[in-house]
Amino acid sequence: MSTTMSAAMKRTLAISMLLVASFALSPARAATEADYKAAYATADAAAKEAAGLRNQWTVTVTALAAAKKAADGGDFDRATAAANEAEALARASIFQAYSEKEAWKAMEIR
Amino acid sequence: MKARISLLLGSLSAALIAFALASPRVVAADKVDPVADAKAFQNFFFQKFPTVKHEDFVNGPYSVNEDMKRQWKEKEEFPPYEFALDAGKEMFSTPFKNGKTYADCFPNGGIGIRQDYPYFDTREGKVVTLELALNRCREANGEAPYSYVKDEMASLTAYMAFTSRGKPMNIKIPDDPRALEAFENGKRYFYSRRGQMNFSCASCHVQSPGERIRAETLAPALGILNAMPIYRSEWAGMGTTSRRFVTCNSQTRAVPLEPQADEYRDVEYFLSYVANGLPISGPGARP
Repeated sequence: MSTTMSAAMKRTLAISMLLVASFALSPARAATEADYKAAYATADAAAKEAAGLRNQWTVTVTALAAAKKAADGGDFDRATAAANEAEALARASIFQAYSEKEAWKAMEIR
Repeated sequence: MKARISLLLGSLSAALIAFALASPRVVAADKVDPVADAKAFQNFFFQKFPTVKHEDFVNGPYSVNEDMKRQWKEKEEFPPYEFALDAGKEMFSTPFKNGKTYADCFPNGGIGIRQDYPYFDTREGKVVTLELALNRCREANGEAPYSYVKDEMASLTAYMAFTSRGKPMNIKIPDDPRALEAFENGKRYFYSRRGQMNFSCASCHVQSPGERIRAETLAPALGILNAMPIYRSEWAGMGTTSRRFVTCNSQTRAVPLEPQADEYRDVEYFLSYVANGLPISGPGARP
Protein backbone atom coordinates (compact mmCIF):
# COMPACT_ATOMS: atom_id res chain seq x y z
CA MET A 1 0.00 0.00 0.00
CA SER A 2 1.43 3.34 -1.04
CA THR A 3 1.79 6.08 1.59
CA THR A 4 1.66 8.82 -1.02
CA MET A 5 -1.64 10.44 -1.87
CA SER A 6 -3.39 9.17 -4.95
CA ALA A 7 -4.34 11.67 -7.65
CA ALA A 8 -8.04 11.23 -6.81
CA MET A 9 -7.44 12.00 -3.14
CA LYS A 10 -5.42 15.08 -4.04
CA ARG A 11 -8.19 16.28 -6.29
CA THR A 12 -10.83 15.75 -3.58
CA LEU A 13 -8.73 17.58 -1.00
CA ALA A 14 -8.17 20.52 -3.31
CA ILE A 15 -11.87 20.82 -4.07
CA SER A 16 -12.74 20.60 -0.35
CA MET A 17 -10.22 23.31 0.50
CA LEU A 18 -11.62 25.52 -2.23
CA LEU A 19 -15.14 25.02 -0.95
CA VAL A 20 -14.16 25.78 2.65
CA ALA A 21 -12.25 28.85 1.52
CA SER A 22 -15.15 30.11 -0.54
CA PHE A 23 -17.52 29.79 2.43
CA ALA A 24 -15.05 31.31 4.86
CA LEU A 25 -14.14 34.26 2.69
CA SER A 26 -17.55 35.16 1.35
CA PRO A 27 -19.25 37.71 3.60
CA ALA A 28 -22.37 36.43 5.48
CA ARG A 29 -25.58 37.84 4.08
CA ALA A 30 -26.58 40.89 6.10
CA ALA A 31 -30.02 40.72 7.72
CA THR A 32 -32.63 42.88 6.07
CA GLU A 33 -35.46 44.84 7.60
CA ALA A 34 -37.79 42.08 6.42
CA ASP A 35 -35.68 39.48 8.27
CA TYR A 36 -35.89 41.57 11.42
CA LYS A 37 -39.63 42.13 11.11
CA ALA A 38 -40.29 38.41 10.68
CA ALA A 39 -38.02 37.50 13.62
CA TYR A 40 -39.56 40.20 15.82
CA ALA A 41 -43.13 39.15 15.01
CA THR A 42 -42.35 35.53 15.94
CA ALA A 43 -40.59 36.57 19.16
CA ASP A 44 -43.37 38.98 20.09
CA ALA A 45 -46.01 36.29 19.62
CA ALA A 46 -44.05 33.87 21.83
CA ALA A 47 -43.56 36.59 24.47
CA LYS A 48 -47.29 37.33 24.45
CA GLU A 49 -48.02 33.63 24.95
CA ALA A 50 -45.63 33.56 27.95
CA ALA A 51 -47.30 36.66 29.40
CA GLY A 52 -50.68 35.00 28.96
CA LEU A 53 -49.38 32.11 31.02
CA ARG A 54 -48.33 34.63 33.73
CA ASN A 55 -44.76 33.50 33.24
CA GLN A 56 -42.92 36.24 31.39
CA TRP A 57 -39.17 36.55 31.95
CA THR A 58 -37.50 39.93 32.39
CA VAL A 59 -34.73 38.92 29.96
CA THR A 60 -37.29 38.29 27.20
CA VAL A 61 -38.62 41.81 27.59
CA THR A 62 -35.07 43.19 27.59
CA ALA A 63 -34.12 41.25 24.44
CA LEU A 64 -37.26 42.45 22.63
CA ALA A 65 -36.50 46.05 23.59
CA ALA A 66 -32.89 45.63 22.41
CA ALA A 67 -34.14 44.28 19.07
CA LYS A 68 -36.42 47.25 18.58
CA LYS A 69 -33.71 49.72 19.55
CA ALA A 70 -31.20 48.18 17.12
CA ALA A 71 -33.80 48.19 14.34
CA ASP A 72 -34.61 51.84 15.00
CA GLY A 73 -30.90 52.54 14.55
CA GLY A 74 -30.85 50.62 11.27
CA ASP A 75 -28.72 47.73 12.59
CA PHE A 76 -30.81 44.82 11.34
CA ASP A 77 -28.12 42.21 12.02
CA ARG A 78 -28.14 43.03 15.69
CA ALA A 79 -31.91 43.55 15.71
CA THR A 80 -32.57 40.14 14.16
CA ALA A 81 -30.13 38.41 16.53
CA ALA A 82 -31.80 40.04 19.55
CA ALA A 83 -35.26 39.10 18.28
CA ASN A 84 -34.13 35.48 17.83
CA GLU A 85 -32.74 35.50 21.35
CA ALA A 86 -36.03 36.90 22.67
CA GLU A 87 -37.92 34.14 20.92
CA ALA A 88 -35.67 31.45 22.43
CA LEU A 89 -36.13 32.94 25.91
CA ALA A 90 -39.89 33.20 25.49
CA ARG A 91 -40.10 29.60 24.33
CA ALA A 92 -38.08 28.48 27.37
CA SER A 93 -40.45 30.37 29.69
CA ILE A 94 -43.46 28.76 27.99
CA PHE A 95 -41.88 25.34 28.47
CA GLN A 96 -41.26 26.19 32.13
CA ALA A 97 -44.87 27.28 32.65
CA TYR A 98 -46.23 24.01 31.26
CA SER A 99 -43.70 21.71 32.92
CA GLU A 100 -44.23 23.35 36.32
CA LYS A 101 -47.93 22.53 36.21
CA GLU A 102 -46.90 19.12 37.55
CA ALA A 103 -43.22 19.49 38.41
CA TRP A 104 -43.87 21.76 41.41
CA LYS A 105 -45.13 18.78 43.37
CA ALA A 106 -41.62 17.32 43.49
CA MET A 107 -40.55 20.16 45.78
CA GLU A 108 -43.56 20.09 48.08
CA ILE A 109 -43.08 19.40 51.79
CA ARG A 110 -45.34 16.48 52.66
CA MET B 1 -64.60 -22.12 25.80
CA LYS B 2 -66.93 -21.56 28.77
CA ALA B 3 -64.02 -21.95 31.16
CA ARG B 4 -62.04 -19.33 29.22
CA ILE B 5 -64.94 -16.85 29.31
CA SER B 6 -65.39 -17.46 33.03
CA LEU B 7 -61.69 -16.90 33.62
CA LEU B 8 -61.77 -13.69 31.57
CA LEU B 9 -64.85 -12.38 33.39
CA GLY B 10 -63.33 -13.35 36.72
CA SER B 11 -60.09 -11.50 35.94
CA LEU B 12 -62.03 -8.46 34.76
CA SER B 13 -64.09 -8.43 37.96
CA ALA B 14 -60.98 -8.76 40.09
CA ALA B 15 -59.34 -5.91 38.21
CA LEU B 16 -62.42 -3.71 38.64
CA ILE B 17 -62.58 -4.47 42.37
CA ALA B 18 -58.86 -3.72 42.74
CA PHE B 19 -59.31 -0.43 40.83
CA ALA B 20 -62.32 0.53 42.96
CA LEU B 21 -60.35 -0.15 46.14
CA ALA B 22 -57.29 1.73 44.94
CA SER B 23 -59.09 4.79 43.56
CA PRO B 24 -60.11 6.43 46.84
CA ARG B 25 -56.49 6.34 47.93
CA VAL B 26 -55.42 8.17 44.78
CA VAL B 27 -58.08 10.81 45.37
CA ALA B 28 -57.10 11.07 49.05
CA ALA B 29 -53.47 11.69 48.12
CA ASP B 30 -54.50 14.68 45.96
CA LYS B 31 -57.07 16.01 48.44
CA VAL B 32 -56.39 19.50 49.72
CA ASP B 33 -55.65 19.18 53.42
CA PRO B 34 -54.39 22.47 54.87
CA VAL B 35 -54.14 21.10 58.41
CA ALA B 36 -51.85 18.26 57.30
CA ASP B 37 -49.90 20.66 55.07
CA ALA B 38 -49.31 23.11 57.92
CA LYS B 39 -48.21 20.32 60.24
CA ALA B 40 -45.78 18.91 57.67
CA PHE B 41 -44.49 22.40 56.84
CA GLN B 42 -43.78 23.28 60.46
CA ASN B 43 -42.26 19.88 61.24
CA PHE B 44 -39.89 20.22 58.29
CA PHE B 45 -38.38 23.39 59.76
CA PHE B 46 -38.48 22.19 63.35
CA GLN B 47 -36.50 19.11 62.32
CA LYS B 48 -34.14 21.01 60.01
CA PHE B 49 -33.27 23.45 62.80
CA PRO B 50 -33.80 21.46 66.02
CA THR B 51 -32.08 24.04 68.25
CA VAL B 52 -34.19 27.00 67.08
CA LYS B 53 -37.09 27.87 69.38
CA HIS B 54 -40.30 27.57 67.40
CA GLU B 55 -41.39 31.14 68.00
CA ASP B 56 -37.97 32.34 66.78
CA PHE B 57 -38.65 31.38 63.16
CA VAL B 58 -40.58 34.63 62.74
CA ASN B 59 -37.28 36.47 62.97
CA GLY B 60 -36.14 35.27 59.57
CA PRO B 61 -32.40 34.84 59.00
CA TYR B 62 -31.64 35.85 62.61
CA SER B 63 -33.29 32.65 63.82
CA VAL B 64 -30.69 30.53 62.05
CA ASN B 65 -27.56 32.70 62.29
CA GLU B 66 -26.20 33.62 65.71
CA ASP B 67 -23.90 36.43 64.51
CA MET B 68 -26.70 38.15 62.66
CA LYS B 69 -29.00 37.66 65.62
CA ARG B 70 -26.61 39.49 67.96
CA GLN B 71 -26.28 42.42 65.57
CA TRP B 72 -30.04 42.56 65.04
CA LYS B 73 -30.73 42.63 68.78
CA GLU B 74 -28.46 45.63 69.13
CA LYS B 75 -30.17 47.32 66.19
CA GLU B 76 -33.56 46.72 67.81
CA GLU B 77 -32.63 49.28 70.50
CA PHE B 78 -33.06 51.97 67.84
CA PRO B 79 -34.90 50.06 65.14
CA PRO B 80 -34.81 51.43 61.59
CA TYR B 81 -38.59 50.99 61.21
CA GLU B 82 -39.33 53.36 64.07
CA PHE B 83 -40.03 56.39 61.88
CA ALA B 84 -42.49 54.40 59.78
CA LEU B 85 -44.13 53.10 62.93
CA ASP B 86 -44.65 56.61 64.30
CA ALA B 87 -45.92 57.84 60.94
CA GLY B 88 -48.29 54.88 60.69
CA LYS B 89 -49.72 55.53 64.14
CA GLU B 90 -50.42 59.14 63.24
CA MET B 91 -51.91 58.24 59.86
CA PHE B 92 -54.09 55.60 61.43
CA SER B 93 -55.73 58.04 63.80
CA THR B 94 -55.97 60.99 61.39
CA PRO B 95 -59.55 61.27 60.07
CA PHE B 96 -60.32 61.11 56.35
CA LYS B 97 -61.97 64.13 54.73
CA ASN B 98 -65.34 62.66 55.66
CA GLY B 99 -64.40 62.51 59.33
CA LYS B 100 -64.11 58.73 59.54
CA THR B 101 -60.88 56.85 60.26
CA TYR B 102 -59.34 53.47 59.48
CA ALA B 103 -60.71 52.24 62.80
CA ASP B 104 -64.22 52.44 61.31
CA CYS B 105 -63.31 49.85 58.65
CA PHE B 106 -61.90 47.11 60.86
CA PRO B 107 -63.01 44.87 63.69
CA ASN B 108 -61.81 46.03 67.13
CA GLY B 109 -61.03 49.43 65.62
CA GLY B 110 -58.11 47.86 63.71
CA ILE B 111 -56.07 47.29 66.86
CA GLY B 112 -54.49 43.87 67.46
CA ILE B 113 -55.99 42.23 64.38
CA ARG B 114 -52.96 41.74 62.10
CA GLN B 115 -52.82 38.03 62.96
CA ASP B 116 -56.21 37.48 61.27
CA TYR B 117 -54.98 38.67 57.86
CA PRO B 118 -55.21 37.59 55.12
CA TYR B 119 -58.69 36.11 55.36
CA PHE B 120 -60.91 34.44 52.80
CA ASP B 121 -63.94 36.57 51.99
CA THR B 122 -66.76 34.15 51.21
CA ARG B 123 -68.88 36.90 49.61
CA GLU B 124 -66.15 37.92 47.19
CA GLY B 125 -64.79 34.39 46.85
CA LYS B 126 -61.23 35.66 47.18
CA VAL B 127 -58.43 36.23 49.67
CA VAL B 128 -58.35 39.70 51.23
CA THR B 129 -55.01 40.90 52.54
CA LEU B 130 -54.48 43.65 55.10
CA GLU B 131 -53.00 45.91 52.43
CA LEU B 132 -56.01 45.37 50.20
CA ALA B 133 -58.41 45.99 53.09
CA LEU B 134 -56.63 49.25 53.91
CA ASN B 135 -56.92 50.56 50.37
CA ARG B 136 -60.53 49.46 50.15
CA CYS B 137 -61.15 51.37 53.37
CA ARG B 138 -59.57 54.45 51.83
CA GLU B 139 -61.56 54.19 48.63
CA ALA B 140 -64.82 53.58 50.51
CA ASN B 141 -64.16 56.84 52.33
CA GLY B 142 -63.40 58.84 49.22
CA GLU B 143 -59.61 58.71 49.48
CA ALA B 144 -57.14 57.70 46.77
CA PRO B 145 -55.51 54.29 47.29
CA TYR B 146 -51.88 54.10 48.36
CA SER B 147 -49.06 52.30 46.55
CA TYR B 148 -49.09 48.69 47.70
CA VAL B 149 -45.35 48.36 47.95
CA LYS B 150 -43.96 51.00 50.29
CA ASP B 151 -44.19 54.36 52.05
CA GLU B 152 -47.65 55.04 53.47
CA MET B 153 -48.90 51.45 53.09
CA ALA B 154 -45.80 50.13 54.85
CA SER B 155 -46.23 52.68 57.65
CA LEU B 156 -49.89 51.79 58.19
CA THR B 157 -49.26 48.05 58.20
CA ALA B 158 -46.22 48.57 60.46
CA TYR B 159 -48.43 50.21 63.07
CA MET B 160 -51.14 47.58 62.76
CA ALA B 161 -48.57 44.77 63.03
CA PHE B 162 -47.05 46.43 66.08
CA THR B 163 -50.40 46.37 67.86
CA SER B 164 -50.50 42.60 67.25
CA ARG B 165 -46.96 41.76 68.30
CA GLY B 166 -46.79 38.45 70.10
CA LYS B 167 -50.27 37.36 69.03
CA PRO B 168 -50.25 33.99 67.24
CA MET B 169 -51.02 33.97 63.52
CA ASN B 170 -54.62 32.90 63.24
CA ILE B 171 -55.58 32.33 59.60
CA LYS B 172 -58.81 30.48 58.97
CA ILE B 173 -59.90 28.46 55.98
CA PRO B 174 -63.68 28.50 55.86
CA ASP B 175 -65.71 25.52 54.71
CA ASP B 176 -65.80 26.76 51.14
CA PRO B 177 -64.23 24.96 48.17
CA ARG B 178 -63.03 28.31 46.82
CA ALA B 179 -61.02 28.88 50.00
CA LEU B 180 -59.38 25.49 49.64
CA GLU B 181 -58.67 26.29 46.01
CA ALA B 182 -57.06 29.60 47.00
CA PHE B 183 -54.89 27.77 49.54
CA GLU B 184 -53.89 25.16 46.94
CA ASN B 185 -53.18 27.85 44.33
CA GLY B 186 -50.98 29.65 46.84
CA LYS B 187 -49.13 26.44 47.58
CA ARG B 188 -48.61 25.77 43.88
CA TYR B 189 -47.31 29.30 43.36
CA PHE B 190 -44.90 28.90 46.28
CA TYR B 191 -43.37 25.71 44.89
CA SER B 192 -43.41 26.55 41.16
CA ARG B 193 -40.16 27.52 39.51
CA ARG B 194 -40.16 30.72 37.51
CA GLY B 195 -37.87 33.20 35.82
CA GLN B 196 -34.71 32.56 33.85
CA MET B 197 -33.00 31.47 37.09
CA ASN B 198 -35.58 28.68 37.37
CA PHE B 199 -36.12 29.35 41.09
CA SER B 200 -39.25 28.86 43.12
CA CYS B 201 -39.90 30.57 46.45
CA ALA B 202 -39.08 27.18 47.98
CA SER B 203 -35.70 26.95 46.20
CA CYS B 204 -34.40 29.60 48.59
CA HIS B 205 -36.68 29.50 51.60
CA VAL B 206 -37.25 25.73 51.95
CA GLN B 207 -34.19 24.14 50.38
CA SER B 208 -31.59 26.66 51.52
CA PRO B 209 -32.57 28.68 54.62
CA GLY B 210 -29.50 29.74 56.57
CA GLU B 211 -27.34 29.43 53.45
CA ARG B 212 -25.98 32.42 51.62
CA ILE B 213 -27.01 33.53 48.17
CA ARG B 214 -24.38 36.10 47.28
CA ALA B 215 -24.32 38.44 50.31
CA GLU B 216 -27.72 37.47 51.70
CA THR B 217 -28.52 34.86 54.32
CA LEU B 218 -31.77 33.20 53.31
CA ALA B 219 -34.67 33.21 55.74
CA PRO B 220 -36.73 30.09 56.47
CA ALA B 221 -40.16 30.16 54.82
CA LEU B 222 -41.81 29.31 58.12
CA GLY B 223 -43.06 32.53 59.71
CA ILE B 224 -41.53 34.66 56.97
CA LEU B 225 -44.63 36.89 56.72
CA ASN B 226 -45.11 37.28 60.48
CA ALA B 227 -42.48 40.04 60.44
CA MET B 228 -44.07 42.07 57.64
CA PRO B 229 -43.75 44.88 56.82
CA ILE B 230 -39.98 45.18 57.07
CA TYR B 231 -37.29 47.79 56.88
CA ARG B 232 -34.66 46.42 54.51
CA SER B 233 -31.22 47.97 54.46
CA GLU B 234 -30.97 46.80 50.83
CA TRP B 235 -34.04 48.90 50.01
CA ALA B 236 -32.97 51.73 52.30
CA GLY B 237 -36.57 51.86 53.40
CA MET B 238 -39.73 50.03 54.33
CA GLY B 239 -41.46 47.45 52.20
CA THR B 240 -44.71 45.55 52.36
CA THR B 241 -45.49 41.91 51.69
CA SER B 242 -46.35 42.94 48.12
CA ARG B 243 -42.92 44.49 47.73
CA ARG B 244 -41.29 41.31 49.00
CA PHE B 245 -43.09 39.16 46.42
CA VAL B 246 -42.37 41.59 43.59
CA THR B 247 -38.64 41.76 44.37
CA CYS B 248 -38.38 37.98 44.82
CA ASN B 249 -39.85 37.53 41.35
CA SER B 250 -37.48 40.10 39.84
CA GLN B 251 -34.49 38.39 41.43
CA THR B 252 -35.34 35.17 39.60
CA ARG B 253 -35.66 37.23 36.39
CA ALA B 254 -39.41 36.73 36.24
CA VAL B 255 -41.59 39.70 35.38
CA PRO B 256 -43.41 40.42 38.66
CA LEU B 257 -47.18 40.32 38.76
CA GLU B 258 -49.15 43.38 39.72
CA PRO B 259 -49.21 43.88 43.52
CA GLN B 260 -52.27 42.19 45.01
CA ALA B 261 -52.65 39.90 41.98
CA ASP B 262 -54.69 36.81 42.83
CA GLU B 263 -51.52 34.71 42.83
CA TYR B 264 -49.82 36.94 45.41
CA ARG B 265 -52.95 37.03 47.56
CA ASP B 266 -53.14 33.24 47.44
CA VAL B 267 -49.47 32.67 48.25
CA GLU B 268 -49.82 35.06 51.20
CA TYR B 269 -52.82 33.03 52.35
CA PHE B 270 -50.84 29.78 52.10
CA LEU B 271 -47.71 31.08 53.81
CA SER B 272 -49.67 32.74 56.60
CA TYR B 273 -51.82 29.68 57.22
CA VAL B 274 -48.84 27.33 57.54
CA ALA B 275 -47.37 29.76 60.11
CA ASN B 276 -50.49 29.59 62.28
CA GLY B 277 -49.60 29.60 65.97
CA LEU B 278 -46.34 31.52 65.49
CA PRO B 279 -46.31 35.07 66.86
CA ILE B 280 -46.58 38.27 64.87
CA SER B 281 -43.20 40.02 65.04
CA GLY B 282 -43.72 42.88 62.60
CA PRO B 283 -42.60 45.38 61.79
CA GLY B 284 -39.24 43.75 61.18
CA ALA B 285 -35.77 44.81 60.10
CA ARG B 286 -33.69 42.88 57.62
CA PRO B 287 -30.28 43.42 56.01
